[in-house]
Amino acid sequence: MTTYRIQGRTGEWEVVIGLEVHAQVTSRAKLFSTASTAFGAEPNTQVSLVDAAMPGMLPVPNRECIRQAVRTGLAVEATINRWSRFDRKNYFYADLPQGYQISQLYHPLVGEGTLLVEADEKAGILQDKRIGIERIHVEQDAGKLMHDQHPSMSYVDLNRSGVALMEIVSRPDMRSPAEAGAYLRKLRAILRYVGSCDGNMEEGSLRADVNVSVRRPGEPLGTRTETKNVNSVRFVMQAIEHEARRQVELIEDGGTVVQETRLFDPGTGTTRSMRSKEDAQDYRYFPDPDLLPLELDESFVEECRASLPELPDAKRRRYIEVLGLSPYNARELTAEVETFARFETLLAETARSSGKGETEVATAVANWILSIAPGVMNALGAEANPAFATAAAQAAILDMQARGDISGGQAKEIFEHVLRSGRAPKEIAETEGLKQESDAGAIEAAVDRVLAANAEKVAEYRGGKDKLFGFFVGQVMKAMQGKGNPGLVNAVLKARLDG
Amino acid sequence: MSVTSEEVARVARLARVRMSEDELARLAPELSKILDWVEQLSRVDTSAVEPMTAVIPNRLRLREDVVDADPDTGGGRRDDVLANAPAAEHGFFGVPKVIE
Amino acid sequence: MTQLTDLGVMALRNGVARGDFTAAEVANAFNAAVAEGGALNAFIVTTPDHAAAAAARVDADRAAGKPLGPLAGVPIGMKDLFATRGVQTTAASAILEGFVPPYESTVSQRLWDAGAGMLGKLNLDQFAMGSSNETSHFGNVVSPWRRSDGGETPMSPGGSSGGSSAAIAARLCPAATGTDTGGSIRQPAAFTGICGIKPTYGRCSRWGVVAFASSLDQAGPMARSVEDCAVMLEAMAGFDPKDATSLDEPVPQWSAALDADLRGLKVGVPCEYRREGMDEAIVAVWEQGKAWLRDAGAQLVDISLPHTDYALPAYYIVAPAEASSNLARYDGVRYGLREAPAGVGLQEMYAATRAAGFGDEVKRRILIGTYVLSAGFYDAYYTQAQKVRTLVARDFRNAWAECDVILAPTTPTASFPLGSLSEDPLTMYLNDVFAVPASLAGLPAMSVPGGLNPDGLPLGLQIIGKPLDEQGVLNAGLAIEQRAGFTARPQRWW
Repeated sequence: MTTYRIQGRTGEWEVVIGLEVHAQVTSRAKLFSTASTAFGAEPNTQVSLVDAAMPGMLPVPNRECIRQAVRTGLAVEATINRWSRFDRKNYFYADLPQGYQISQLYHPLVGEGTLLVEADEKAGILQDKRIGIERIHVEQDAGKLMHDQHPSMSYVDLNRSGVALMEIVSRPDMRSPAEAGAYLRKLRAILRYVGSCDGNMEEGSLRADVNVSVRRPGEPLGTRTETKNVNSVRFVMQAIEHEARRQVELIEDGGTVVQETRLFDPGTGTTRSMRSKEDAQDYRYFPDPDLLPLELDESFVEECRASLPELPDAKRRRYIEVLGLSPYNARELTAEVETFARFETLLAETARSSGKGETEVATAVANWILSIAPGVMNALGAEANPAFATAAAQAAILDMQARGDISGGQAKEIFEHVLRSGRAPKEIAETEGLKQESDAGAIEAAVDRVLAANAEKVAEYRGGKDKLFGFFVGQVMKAMQGKGNPGLVNAVLKARLDG
Repeated sequence: MSVTSEEVARVARLARVRMSEDELARLAPELSKILDWVEQLSRVDTSAVEPMTAVIPNRLRLREDVVDADPDTGGGRRDDVLANAPAAEHGFFGVPKVIE
Repeated sequence: MTQLTDLGVMALRNGVARGDFTAAEVANAFNAAVAEGGALNAFIVTTPDHAAAAAARVDADRAAGKPLGPLAGVPIGMKDLFATRGVQTTAASAILEGFVPPYESTVSQRLWDAGAGMLGKLNLDQFAMGSSNETSHFGNVVSPWRRSDGGETPMSPGGSSGGSSAAIAARLCPAATGTDTGGSIRQPAAFTGICGIKPTYGRCSRWGVVAFASSLDQAGPMARSVEDCAVMLEAMAGFDPKDATSLDEPVPQWSAALDADLRGLKVGVPCEYRREGMDEAIVAVWEQGKAWLRDAGAQLVDISLPHTDYALPAYYIVAPAEASSNLARYDGVRYGLREAPAGVGLQEMYAATRAAGFGDEVKRRILIGTYVLSAGFYDAYYTQAQKVRTLVARDFRNAWAECDVILAPTTPTASFPLGSLSEDPLTMYLNDVFAVPASLAGLPAMSVPGGLNPDGLPLGLQIIGKPLDEQGVLNAGLAIEQRAGFTARPQRWW
């Protein structure tokens, strides 16, 4: 259990958090029209007559949007409702041409699911925790208003109007900003694994409405507020912290929390009440009579299931159990699509070029991907050309190191050369003399020379001064200009000194 | 049951139809009469009945994910979309300034 | 030579095809009749150039020996609820005055593809909400029919497709489109002594038709004969991928299969349609209808549709609820009227625009619809109404075990004077009592003229069929038409 508590004047408070995440569905065309969803087009150029709600226009749903929502549901182990319906949510606003949003209230496409947030001691999450997902439904995005282009008018751009969104609603199962952050990161990773949303928070592909309430530990739920449209993990965590503290202070000062919609100000990290709407939201939801119930057959759901890739939890387990990686490495490698993709490509390439099994080389490849390669890249900064960091080149380096042809230090040096010049690692090793001496004869000769030159020290060592072993290693490596294979050097020294 | 002019005012606000006091006063009894009349539906036992979803048996068809598959449902026709707008400028629809 | 404007769809099409007259002559004749018919106020805009251009294409095609479409050379009227590219489309509302669609409704496009031309956009009740054509922003449509008492009392052509019914009865056009949400084709057809069929829900695409109540709206043809309705419907109907509720069914050649021999057919007569204190003339025409169908070989059976009384109140929840949402898009932002006095905010602009743009009946229905959907009332009204709708549809399904079509009056009364009911919305609503059940169940239903009442006003008989059985409905309609010999026509006074 997490122990996150707000320390108030009058004691400790627990925070209760639920997230409603709006994720833009990856599709070429909009949910109910065939206009493009591409980001960044000229205003109103991706607007169909349907999106502009011209008289007599009708919605026809996009199969891909439904498919992606079902795949997402399956990825969070949720029930897929084979019978669902679209409802209209009625309200008036300039970004909502129809005067209603087509959404799903009464019968969502996806029902109960769950998402695993892994223990992360550094973040204060002491053990794995399952966060409930209440539902996922599909709905239309609204258009965009611009307020600063004209002195007395706001401008309306409907390019986004009608783009498909999934609303992913969690249970109020989170108890700290860190858990909420971890949930959102994990959800984003799953969406990107599945390919149902690009997870791009800057472009607004992923936004969260944050529901926060506070209570004395063990007491019933308090009144919650909803902070709308928070668009980064950090902001979500900030919004929760601020909102929880605000509520605690309010209650401790004798006030009561009002159920309301609030806005997050990224500049100050605070939330503020939205200008309260005069007609306290009455959305008059009812089934959209332009659309029939959405009935999915078993084969559709099965096709969605079969198309799912290996998901983060399964992949992490496999990395630990099959590849023998540490839990830390496994978690880091599976956190992002790009990371595991690079890892798996390099792993396959390294195994192939070295003729070894993936399990044998996995730890070396994991360390390379997570720390060694990024270290070299960062050190080089702008001098590095990332395009040169091909899987083939890196596999060649790892292969040479595994064979003992180069040391760890040489591997880094070779990678530096690769990043600067794009030359082949083998050729760099040759021309730059970045190779390790593994010839037994040469090492034995060097060892013998060092031992002969340090007879007293040999005697001291044999007299029990074990610590001198390191001294001998150093001397041998020095004699070999640092190119001796450390493993072999150790072995030969050991044999000579102890034998 | 009867609908008060305050209730009519609330509904008119929800529906974004401005109404004078006179109109509200005139409409309240009219709406009351109509709502009283539809009230008779509550006499029907519908405990074992599902609300109608599709009047003729039919399945919701899904279309393929193809951009601008048909000019009638596709984008790229901004001039058409803006042609009837009371206030269009620089490719946008203009509305009275909104303060959020 | 017969007046071209007295000819119906088939006669015009065949005459043009044979070369008895040219399509241009036909278009000219009807354009002239439309121009002279201003007193009826049946048209909101006339489009003589559209009709002439379509006719010119047909004449050129014929001269070139090209095949002609099934409606080649037939100019028609288009209810102003169908979007027509480049031609103002208003739904008879101030809120859409001046709106020129950059698109063409599927149904109107199909008619043009079949060779028809457009005489103009026909007046209607505003947003198709009304049963007398008194709610149009562009003024009442006046029926060409008058009582036989020699008076000049202006009569209602019915609604909402009152422009269509008046224009056809007055020979301003041989046929027209209508739409039927709760009787808007059948009731005006009955009031004006013409035919009109509402097909099965989903037969005609709703794409490009200004929506009133989506789950009920259905387009259909109006004309002076059953056969003309059949051939029009063949052109209008058909699957449209742009309408998610469109039926993916082949369109039969109804006109070719028309057959008035009803031997073996069972005609249901619903006891619930026999009302206390019902107009004697209506009872009489219904009895006459039964006799005609029996004469055509049909067997009459008494049936029960026990939830009939609840259909109309259910309709007056479902239709306004859907309308209140469908009409939210008329907000003064993207098209149509905008009322925005300097300094008002967005929400005030909406309220001012909609107050100025919508007529009283439209506002009334928007408010009812908003009310029944609002928090706390939704289940009691809307959900209950949709459950009752299920029961109404089930009544019909049960009836099909005993009969093939149902015969009933179209309306409880003949046409009434304009203005006589407009102060009493509820009484006006009750005029659709016989039409609404088939709408709620999505069934094909048509009205054919049965005769005149003692005042000399037309009365209609309604035939309701099984889903997709337009043929059965049309055949029974034909049997009545042949026996009724309805040749009465309004005396020209306009």
